[in-house]
Amino acid sequence: MKKKNLIQRTIIIVVITVLGLYAVIGPRHRPHWRDFTWSGIKSTLQDNIHLGLDLKGGSHLVMRVKTDAFLKELTQNNSLAVQNAAKGAGFQPKDIKTETDNGTYRITLTAPDGAKLSDIEDAVKKKVDLSEWSPSESGNTITWTLTPSAQRTLADQATEQADRIIRSRLDAVGVAEPLVQRHGAQSSHQILVQMPGIQDPERVKQLLKAESKLELAHVVSPPSPSPVQTYNTEQEAKASVGGTVPSNRRVLPYQERNEPTTAGDTSNAQKEKKWVVVETPAIVDGSELRNASAVQSRAGADDYQITFSLKPAGADKFGTWTGANINEYMGVVLNDEVKSIAYIKSQIYDSGEISGRFTKQSAEDLALTLRSGALPAPIEYQEERTVGPSLGADSIRSGVRASVVGLVLVVLFMLFYYRGAGVNAVVALLLNMILMMAGLIVFGATLTLPGIAGIILTIGMAVDSNVLIFERIREELRSGKTIPSAVEQGFARAFVTIIDTHVTTIISSLFLFVFGTGPLRGFAVTLVLGLIINLFSAVYVSRTIFMWETSRKRRLESLSI
Amino acid sequence: MVQIFKNVNIDWLANRRVFITVSVLLMLAGLGSAVFRQWKHPNGTEAFNLGVDFKGGTVVTVRFKQRPSAEAIRDALFNAGLKDAIIQPVTDKPDFVLIKIPLEGEGESQAQVDVGRAKVREGLRSFGQEARGELSSDANAAFKIEGTDAVGAVAGAQLRNKAIAVTLAALVGILIYIAFRFEWTYGAAAVIAVFHDVLVTLGFFSIFQWEISLTVIAALLTLVGFSVNDTIVVFDRIRENRKLRRRDSLYKITNDSINQTLSRTVITSGLVFLSVLAMVLFGGEVLRGFSLALLIGVAFGTYSSVAIASPIMVWWEQRLEAANRAAALNVGRPVTGAVRAPVTTGRRDPISPAARNRSRGAGRA
Repeated sequence: MKKKNLIQRTIIIVVITVLGLYAVIGPRHRPHWRDFTWSGIKSTLQDNIHLGLDLKGGSHLVMRVKTDAFLKELTQNNSLAVQNAAKGAGFQPKDIKTETDNGTYRITLTAPDGAKLSDIEDAVKKKVDLSEWSPSESGNTITWTLTPSAQRTLADQATEQADRIIRSRLDAVGVAEPLVQRHGAQSSHQILVQMPGIQDPERVKQLLKAESKLELAHVVSPPSPSPVQTYNTEQEAKASVGGTVPSNRRVLPYQERNEPTTAGDTSNAQKEKKWVVVETPAIVDGSELRNASAVQSRAGADDYQITFSLKPAGADKFGTWTGANINEYMGVVLNDEVKSIAYIKSQIYDSGEISGRFTKQSAEDLALTLRSGALPAPIEYQEERTVGPSLGADSIRSGVRASVVGLVLVVLFMLFYYRGAGVNAVVALLLNMILMMAGLIVFGATLTLPGIAGIILTIGMAVDSNVLIFERIREELRSGKTIPSAVEQGFARAFVTIIDTHVTTIISSLFLFVFGTGPLRGFAVTLVLGLIINLFSAVYVSRTIFMWETSRKRRLESLSI
Repeated sequence: MVQIFKNVNIDWLANRRVFITVSVLLMLAGLGSAVFRQWKHPNGTEAFNLGVDFKGGTVVTVRFKQRPSAEAIRDALFNAGLKDAIIQPVTDKPDFVLIKIPLEGEGESQAQVDVGRAKVREGLRSFGQEARGELSSDANAAFKIEGTDAVGAVAGAQLRNKAIAVTLAALVGILIYIAFRFEWTYGAAAVIAVFHDVLVTLGFFSIFQWEISLTVIAALLTLVGFSVNDTIVVFDRIRENRKLRRRDSLYKITNDSINQTLSRTVITSGLVFLSVLAMVLFGGEVLRGFSLALLIGVAFGTYSSVAIASPIMVWWEQRLEAANRAAALNVGRPVTGAVRAPVTTGRRDPISPAARNRSRGAGRA
């Protein structure tokens, strides 16, 4: 009975060890005998273990936030608001112009007669926040100019926001411990991103750059059942609104597409580019998004679309509008391009979808960037390099050397002090490290210095577990117990302590993992993994080795501990 | 059988006043250093020597004719007084190196960038002259500074606050778990001991102005784990002994538990301490902050489980017990357990030794 138990335990241990070893040194392709030579194992290890920016280096990207584009859009939006405010107060402005070149951002309103200027200004002030714009009147025009200091503040805010969004996107896509910092002078609006060597750097670059400006807008067209009004050229579209586009309209490109008739139809179903006129401002925009996710268009299709839901405030606006505009056409506008147009069948409140022949990857990426929010302004990459480890190759080498020295000290002491039982401890420690590496590889984690700190604590606690058990067994032996019962008691008593220390640390690490970012997370991952493995290696495995020893002889006279 | 301790019998708790005085003094010294430095530089964060990660700094891009090793560059900069430079060779352009240094000097950011640039130039002179004009056209030159840029903090105030909040939440998690497995007083004592360890370690960093980088934060997290681990081992033994020896006072049980686990404490902490010491000695300049924080943390983490956590727990339990008894007396109806005279076996057993008789906590037994 006991023998059977022992054999069962041994089989479990051997299987786990072999699996762990293969995860660490086994290649990810069909193995070849060359993979198991020294150099083969070395190169497999390099492929398998992802090292972070601090240990291995990675890409160094400097990007600039195009704050001029941000200010330009702000000017245009304000101009529209000014016009609406003036109209709303019963004034008919003759003309409204915006100027957004060479660092000046200006809105000029021409009134029908000069006498009403200050009335118009007061009416506008009530509706539109123009506190950062300095007004001036001359003749029958009022001009609001964005002051240079306000330009700087707004541009800084936009960069700050872009910085936040980039961080959240890097986090969402799972880049381990990237480094994001402001770069250059304050006025250069640059952001520096360093990230470890990742599988697909181009994809991440695209993700960071994606503006992901989503709007739902009313398309100017006769209502359904007539087909939606489209134009073949931009000129035609402009001509339909009288040559120049008024400030409450926009002319946008629209890529119409054929619905694929069969699943798996991958032929290029896109028709040529058309143009449509939409109302601006949009009904709702991306800032009202609550969630977005990628889903298959039809079960089993390669074709993906994005479904999104709106926050309560946005849903109210959207519901009111759709309720009042049954049969009107509405377009989903992404980055100033109309992705799809549909007519309103019935009132819709808080959800919608973006279809447009996305692949799985592109739909997931778009959903991710939509969730993280739209960038306040486009960004451009200015500099791209590959850099070495931030800790320095020399420091890493000496760090590794020092750790090996420390580990050898520990092993020697355990063997000297606990003799035969020391072998148990060393076997358990080695197994712990192999399985921890295997765990990191299986979960695709990236190893960084905080991660190594987690490993150090794990090793410390692994040694501690063994010391606790052995000291306890010795105590039990001193109190006159027989060897098998001393071993049993020692394990049982020490196990209570080990569980308490491990569970406490695992609980606190889970906090760090779930709510923390960057180094906190890297630390927590290796620690949780290491401690769970340690319960196996220091308790289960070590116990089994003791069981072998005590079962070998009928009557055990001495135990090497 | 080699054995470090045989039948130790030390009255640890008798020295609790000394322990706590020493700890308070150490914490006050650290706090004093931080406050004094902050006060002397009202606009800076001079309480701690925060590195590029937290404060931002300057990136100098240097092009070499023959790129020296990162180690050689670091040594050259060290000699020019730049202690905490991060050297990153550019791998796709083999003659370029990025040198990141913390902000130097005072005043405007542009001025600080210029000071940093001048210092880097001074340090790199040991490799040869800087080129005037193009590096390739100047035969005598060894390097050229191609660009200097200010960089912001990697971990801005927002991230820092979040990290602190998350760590505090993790400590609350520890408190709740220990309270669930032991008692509230044990959990509180363990968490106070952890705070003590972190504060003392930070105090060292303020006093000696060692640079605090993100790696030091990783070390602080490690020491929190280590300290809690150590405290729980002692508490666990106390819990076990309280069940077995119901007649002994908490004072004596605590002392005995510390003594029984002493050989384990010395072996584990000693081994970890030695390994970390190896890292301090041979781990190199860049990891120095990390390894020093660990070294101090391991030492104080061990010390605090004996000298801080246990006395606080004993004191607290005894206070609770006294309060319970007073309440019972006020009602005028003696609690059965409290009348039984406590067996005082300790050499000195000054405070109320009747903690074991608490009506609360009986369920734990």
